[in-house]
Amino acid sequence: MRIIEVQGVCKQFGTLCALNGVNLKIDHNKIYGLIGPNGSGKTTLMKAISGAHFPDKGTICFLGQDITCMNPHLRSQLGLSIKFQITSVFPELCVYDNLLIAKQAGESSWKLLWSRSKKALHEEILEIMECFHLQDRAYDRVSDLSHGEQQWLEISMATHDLLSNRELSQEQQAENSTPSPLKPRLLLLDEPTAGMSKEERKITGELLLKAKQNCAILIVEHDLDFIKDICDHIIVLSNGEVLDEGTPEEIESSNQVIEVYTSRV
Amino acid sequence: MCLKNKINMNKIPKYRALPVFEGAVFALLLFVPLIADKFVISSLTVFLLLSMLAISFELCWGYTGILTFGQGFFFGIGGYVVAILMNKAQVINFYVLSAGAIGIGILLGLFFGAFLFLGKRVPTIIFIAIGTMTLSYLGERFFTGWAWVGAANGQTLWEVVEVFGVEFIPGVKAFYVVMFFLTIIYLLCRFVVRSQLGLVCSGLRQSEERLKFLGYQIQVPKLIIFTFAAAIASFAGGVFSLHEGFVGPTSLGFTFSAYAALYCLFGGSGTLIGAIIGTIAIEMARLYLSDINMIKHYWQIVLGAILIVVILFRPHGIVGLFVGTRERIGYFGFRGTRKLKVKADKYV
Repeated sequence: MRIIEVQGVCKQFGTLCALNGVNLKIDHNKIYGLIGPNGSGKTTLMKAISGAHFPDKGTICFLGQDITCMNPHLRSQLGLSIKFQITSVFPELCVYDNLLIAKQAGESSWKLLWSRSKKALHEEILEIMECFHLQDRAYDRVSDLSHGEQQWLEISMATHDLLSNRELSQEQQAENSTPSPLKPRLLLLDEPTAGMSKEERKITGELLLKAKQNCAILIVEHDLDFIKDICDHIIVLSNGEVLDEGTPEEIESSNQVIEVYTSRV
Repeated sequence: MCLKNKINMNKIPKYRALPVFEGAVFALLLFVPLIADKFVISSLTVFLLLSMLAISFELCWGYTGILTFGQGFFFGIGGYVVAILMNKAQVINFYVLSAGAIGIGILLGLFFGAFLFLGKRVPTIIFIAIGTMTLSYLGERFFTGWAWVGAANGQTLWEVVEVFGVEFIPGVKAFYVVMFFLTIIYLLCRFVVRSQLGLVCSGLRQSEERLKFLGYQIQVPKLIIFTFAAAIASFAGGVFSLHEGFVGPTSLGFTFSAYAALYCLFGGSGTLIGAIIGTIAIEMARLYLSDINMIKHYWQIVLGAILIVVILFRPHGIVGLFVGTRERIGYFGFRGTRKLKVKADKYV
């Protein structure tokens, strides 16, 4: 199933052409790696897809719907979830409350005023914390967490219940086969393992491989070994254009890619 | 299915300082009339009304991150509506007068809130601060020149209204009536800021951008809180004008709005009780410093210096001395129950 289709996206900042006619297709149940030298336009492309920037030209279709100029909160409600390059969580709140704020996002202000979903979301939040090894830090302030833990927290906020172990009833499974509000269909992860130890990267990789069973994932990452290990497909950007794309093996042996990377060293 | 909830719900830190502090302040206020003279009681009643204004500012700034200098405008408008209803329409029923004040607060809060928040782009903190400041200034200028409402002389409220069967004139009974209203407003605000909507407000204060990307339409909670705060300020202004028997254009102006900000900073931003403590402390200081012969002519400078020192060295105000940061922010999650623990244990 096609999740997102980016066609001829251009973005200019003054005289700098950050994206120049980028085309991209992302399918369900796959992990895509977006790599390229610094300044090649990776983060700009992520921002264009998430709605942080609107492209100057081109179109972005998400689940068949044109979202090129749609506001970020509407994109999120359609199932587009992002983890930013610079960790963006709520530092004064505890881990539990950060997850609660992410989980309750689809509810009306009226329901939130009466705190109606607090109890219902409790178990799901406990489960997410367990998946990300955050259960012992549940009531610690996020600003007291290590950088790696903050990264995990932000990924866990983006994944919602994609990593859920719970067995769903037939009715729930039928419900889940169609896109529902705030159920992520595409995860955009900008440098998810930055600042993590080797062990933490390994765990993150395992979690993402598990999450891809329920969605598509696009990862921007500088750690090429990590990308090679978990991605099904790699897209290489250079100077705002797609230089090459293919399986990790194809990209590894691509002369164009080797040339771009070695010329920068 | 294996659900190992390893989180020990007993691990949730249990804080007591803030509730004790809140209880102590309200208890102290309840007993003041037993020991104080009429002048102090009457002054305290005014301070309690001003602390409602401070609470409305605190809701916007301390909890939601909306830097508004328009609370004075809503406060004054509430007073004017009560005065106009009383003098022009001969309404002396307190409930109708307060409904008028609250109604105009909601209407104008919605109108100006929509103007400030519902634009295509997310408004910056400076835009809101300058916008609301302009609103207060224009309000004051407009009412100063409007002869029908008394222009610069304002309006005197000659009639005495009855609240809960009690004549609302400065004194012990009026103090307890105001105390009752303050308690209701306090509990209402506490309910809002401790709810899941309060969690969203807390998120708004820390990172609006993140909330947008989580799927929140951030304008909605902002508009709700702004309107709610406007209604509180307007109600406080209405009761204030009834108590003082007068309303003038200065009550709409920037001065009242700036005082509200000062009360909250001094008392402790981020707590509702801080707004009350800050108001009483500053107003008491004003009252007594201006009476000391040695500094009779410089008391404002002395008060200003005290405020600067407190704000510089205790950014969390007076409440910050007794209540830690973690407790001020609090926890919003579900505080586990036996039922959930049993359910979890079944699957282990």
